[in-house]
Amino acid sequence: MANLTINGKTFTLDVEPDTPLLWAIRENAGLTGTKYGCGIAQCGACTVHIEGVATRSCGVSVSEAEGKKITTIEGLASGDALHKVQEAWIAQDVPQCGYCQSGMIMAVAALLSEKPKPTDADIDEAITNICRCGTFQQVREAIHTIASA
Amino acid sequence: MNKHISPRLNRRAFVIGTAAVGAGLAIGLDLPFGGPAVVRAADGSPEIGAWVVVRPDDTVVIRIARSEMGQGSLTGLAQLVAEELECDWTKVTTEYPTPGQSVARKRVWGDFSTGGSRGIRSSQDYVRKGGATARVMLIQAAADAWKVPASECAAANSVITHTPSGRTTTYGKVAEAAAKLTPPADVKLKDPKDWKLIGKGVKRLDTVDKTNGAMIYGADIKLPGMLNAAIKDCPVFGGKLKSFDEAKIASMKGVKKVVKVGDTAVAVVADTWWHAKTALEALPIVWDEGDNAKVSSESIAKWLAEGLNNDQPAYVGNKNGDAKAAIASAAKKVEAVYSYPYQNHATMEPMNATALYTADKCEVWCGTQNGEAAFAAVLEASGLPADKCDVHKVMLGGGFGRRGQTDYVRQAVMIAKEMRGTPVKLLWSREEDMAHGRYHPITQCKMTGAFDANNNLVALHYRLSGQSILFSLRPEALQNGMDPAAFQGVAQSGEAAFGYSVPNLLVEHAMRNPHVPPGFWRGVNVNHNAIYMECFMDELAQAAGQDPLEFRRKLMGNHPKHLAVLNAVAEKIGWTTPAPQGVYRGIAQVMGYGSYVAGAAEISVTDGSKIKVHRIVASTDPGYVVNPAQVERQIAGSFVYGLSALFYGGCTVKDGKIEQTNFDTYNSMRINEMPKVESVMVPSGGFWGGVGEPTIGVAAPAVLNAYFAATGKRIRSVPLRDQNITFA
Repeated sequence: MANLTINGKTFTLDVEPDTPLLWAIRENAGLTGTKYGCGIAQCGACTVHIEGVATRSCGVSVSEAEGKKITTIEGLASGDALHKVQEAWIAQDVPQCGYCQSGMIMAVAALLSEKPKPTDADIDEAITNICRCGTFQQVREAIHTIASA
Repeated sequence: MNKHISPRLNRRAFVIGTAAVGAGLAIGLDLPFGGPAVVRAADGSPEIGAWVVVRPDDTVVIRIARSEMGQGSLTGLAQLVAEELECDWTKVTTEYPTPGQSVARKRVWGDFSTGGSRGIRSSQDYVRKGGATARVMLIQAAADAWKVPASECAAANSVITHTPSGRTTTYGKVAEAAAKLTPPADVKLKDPKDWKLIGKGVKRLDTVDKTNGAMIYGADIKLPGMLNAAIKDCPVFGGKLKSFDEAKIASMKGVKKVVKVGDTAVAVVADTWWHAKTALEALPIVWDEGDNAKVSSESIAKWLAEGLNNDQPAYVGNKNGDAKAAIASAAKKVEAVYSYPYQNHATMEPMNATALYTADKCEVWCGTQNGEAAFAAVLEASGLPADKCDVHKVMLGGGFGRRGQTDYVRQAVMIAKEMRGTPVKLLWSREEDMAHGRYHPITQCKMTGAFDANNNLVALHYRLSGQSILFSLRPEALQNGMDPAAFQGVAQSGEAAFGYSVPNLLVEHAMRNPHVPPGFWRGVNVNHNAIYMECFMDELAQAAGQDPLEFRRKLMGNHPKHLAVLNAVAEKIGWTTPAPQGVYRGIAQVMGYGSYVAGAAEISVTDGSKIKVHRIVASTDPGYVVNPAQVERQIAGSFVYGLSALFYGGCTVKDGKIEQTNFDTYNSMRINEMPKVESVMVPSGGFWGGVGEPTIGVAAPAVLNAYFAATGKRIRSVPLRDQNITFA
């Protein structure tokens, strides 16, 4: 059993402590917006915020995440008010297949909370998610649009 | 729209109701005296022809048979229907019919296959007619109500106006009456110059749910009481499952059953996928690897190299004059051997399918590029007839050709058959996905060019050796043994025609089919053919002492559309003006999937091994551009996919198995490595070409030719990581 605080709610989950947080989120908490891509923290599809820090949830165990504030893509908006990254993603039609975009959006949201006006170099350093469809230029343009708003 | 792909709603998206289907299914069927049957959607709204449902609130539901996997066809197809329907675009939503429903209605929605960049181009005619048919019926219904001739009425934005009187009504109000009319036998489509919606970069219809976690992919399917399965197939292709020791994992948490899947695989079914995967990794398995375990990349390369020898038999794909004789008597010869490796599709979402096998039916939920092929796989694997099976399509987390195959669907059904009454979701690990791809085929190519004394190219011999996709996947499409698709991009004519005129030309293919299963990988045979031909064109230009662009142009006089995109790219990148200090350019062109494409790159190289791509320019002529914003994304995405394969890709074989296991050994480009792609669309009209794939052909050769310009070194094999060349 583990208690996880996800999107402001406490989940008491029947899960072993060494289970990757990704699978506890997807299978036990039932929040499938966080995606499985590689399981080895390479692709970033499973990116969530832990205490506001963009983290690849496949590489974090449930025991490490207990007691911490976890935010998934489902919890990024504040009620009906979308996060500015979600708004920009919709306005600029960023996603193609969209499977990597939950992780991409979470990574970008964390970057912008740390650096509200990131340079291209900041983006290059912080955004290391794989997108096989190749949405990178829309991602970059959307980040700059948010930063210049 | 997005809700349409939610499995719960999709499951009974609408009720089939024609007499041909049988009374048992005709729940929503009206049988007016003397008129045709009205078919109703699940919410009771009437169909106006098979492609359009109109709700009382004027919402228009457009049926989409092809699959959306990110390429934007769902939106483009809806634009095509809406253009002719004259409906309010802001009230358009879409819905996938199921293959089972389509089969029951004599394939009323046509081909479901979404590959070969055909989503738009192969359906544009009949989906536009579907829209036009509905418009005619809706106008007729209004005219009947007003007792005026339909010719006095016009429709725009879902509003029908009787022009002389100014009276108006809406589609929603006349839909019931329109549904009872006999569809017109023939409808006239708009002249392209009158298009209002086609050609506009309208926003995609499926974006919102991709930004909030609500979009349901196959891996996200949840059904009541569902269990999860993880699978291992024999890592040596062609090998078999010998035995496994189920007792060793029987007591592991959550494990419900261990299932033998066919002759080659074993799956663990558990409460959660994490439990299934953990138990599968602990399961002792003995494989019968068979003779293929002796195969390696080296042995394949050796076998293919033999095929480059002229003494070996080969299929001729394109020929004029006598290339061999002209080469023998030429003033100057240039020869080079290139190679291209296996590539995995590596869709972000690994293969998966959810199946429910009950006493009287078998249903599957999955992402698939070919709903009908998946449906056929369900029939075959379940052993049930068509009216007892169906496939519910959901969003694909990438396709690129991989999800046109149905191996994972078959597996899911075989597992569910052992778990009757319980839905089971089969999800491959990334490692399983890397080990059991349907790989871009492996080839080598020897090219020989010959010049006369004035440096005119007089002969070209292009000899491919390697794998045929059709031999493995569609043997019925072979022509006397020859794979015509092997010549994509260098073919004599058709949708992937060679763009150069050479007086003596021989293009041939010595087929060699190793045991590694090939598949249709974005761009398919255009990829390697464009790399070989376009890099060799640069070699020929260099041998002739000519500018690569000018050298090509001289051979392209009879190929004006190929030339036009090349010129467009050259102009945009500023080919005739000097590049910035330390920056070098490369250029390439090819035709594929009915479209003409060209690309140019500006790169700089540090220490001969660190490449920085500064600029990419790409041009395409697909005839008509339905949604320029989506075409632009397909062009840019093609460069990301093509350059990822060039720099980081390549699957190698050891002991009969694929060596790469995950993104740490099969990497993909990141944002820092990818410049903006500047797209130049030059649609010349009069034909419909595809856009998802052709551009990938020019991605690698544009960069490789720039690398030569920068370093004087030719790279003739892929990937660059094997040559210690990487991104700066």
